[in-house]
Amino acid sequence: MSTSAVDVFDAARPYALHPQLALRPETFGALAYHYGNRRLTFLKSPQLAAIVESLGEHPSVDAALRAHGVTAAQRPAILRALSRLESSEVIGVR
Amino acid sequence: MSADTASPELRNRFKQGLGAPICLTWEVTYGCNLACAHCLSSSGKRDPRELSTDECKRLIDELARMRVFYVNVGGGEPLVRRDFLDLVDYAVQRRVGVKFSTNGALITPQAAARIAATDYLDVQISIDGATPETNDPVRGVGSYAMARRGMDRLAEAGFGPFKISVVMTRHNIPELDALEAIAREYGAQLRITRLRPSGRGASVWDELHPTAAQQRELYDWLITRPEVLTGDSFFHLSALGEPLPGLNLCGAGRVVCLVDPIGDVYACPFVLHDEFLAGNVRGPGGFEHVWRESELFAELREPQSAGACASCGLYDKCQGGCMAAKFFTGMPLDGPDPECVLGHGERELVKVAAGDRPVVAVGHSKRLRV
Repeated sequence: MSTSAVDVFDAARPYALHPQLALRPETFGALAYHYGNRRLTFLKSPQLAAIVESLGEHPSVDAALRAHGVTAAQRPAILRALSRLESSEVIGVR
Repeated sequence: MSADTASPELRNRFKQGLGAPICLTWEVTYGCNLACAHCLSSSGKRDPRELSTDECKRLIDELARMRVFYVNVGGGEPLVRRDFLDLVDYAVQRRVGVKFSTNGALITPQAAARIAATDYLDVQISIDGATPETNDPVRGVGSYAMARRGMDRLAEAGFGPFKISVVMTRHNIPELDALEAIAREYGAQLRITRLRPSGRGASVWDELHPTAAQQRELYDWLITRPEVLTGDSFFHLSALGEPLPGLNLCGAGRVVCLVDPIGDVYACPFVLHDEFLAGNVRGPGGFEHVWRESELFAELREPQSAGACASCGLYDKCQGGCMAAKFFTGMPLDGPDPECVLGHGERELVKVAAGDRPVVAVGHSKRLRV
């Protein structure tokens, strides 16, 4: 994915898990299943899974990243992953 | 279901097993009004030891607790169980989605209306050819018309995009476009799966499995149609070029398992044989205990030897193929798939004496009258 996806992903907005989504933690991260589009998505790290699961509790994505101790170096990869998860309807702006 | 493509690294993690299956098949009854020549579970008669309604509900409770997202229900013919649609309601209320396979015979207008009113429910109706002439010799006289009537009723009830499920044989591969056209007519999704030499399929596999040229034709057809569902069943064909969509691995005991009508848990839907029996959901600790603690599953989650395939440059793509296909044709599990696209399987297959093929129990093979 190009860096433009990171640019368009606005981490100041509040996000949450899609209401039709179920998340199951696994040792590699988590499995996410969307009951609406029946799509299975893989969350490829436990850190990403924890962030995704907690998005709804934070006023913004930025706040969630801070709460999970995401460093500046980790941030672009996490934002790319979140942007990808938004396009597969795992998460959405609330 | 469609899924992300799994990276090789993630695929290796999957091979070590998961907290719960991604794809659990539950055959709720061996009872069936048909007696298809290739039936994986040799279905026909109901088994008196079938799980009761309460036992089924306990299993659903457990699956919900383990966050199994959905179950693939088959049989037998699930609708033969009078409590089946109640069990579907029970499951979807607990967020265990249900996808069930049916031959369509028992989809009355009333059943169709009830099915159409249920969320998180997918239905697939099986035909094994685009015409009665191709379908009925495999599935039984009148079974094509019966399936089409079931499809008509789901469509009339406004169910939405159901699936049309086809087991690919030598006789219906030339009908791929026609099958696609039937699906399009209904606004349905086409799902095609691999013929396995399992259950009664063991006795017809030699005559029905696609030829090498047809496997190539099938791969070329599939690679341009990512929307056609395959249940990840043709990963052995990925050795022909770009990988087909899906996880491309043998998930037996790792991401997949089967619960049979009497609660026995097998490594996958295609290996109903003592050798791949991991336990029973009626045992202490229930299904979860079997999934997490069974010795058989622990073994399957160990790194597997590529055996005779180790020196083949394509092993990463085909992963040695399907365990069940090897097992029931009497071939070593660490060798080539009998339908290896390079022909290694075919060469091995001729060396297997008829007596070396495992005996398949066909204890339920007497069809019901409905």
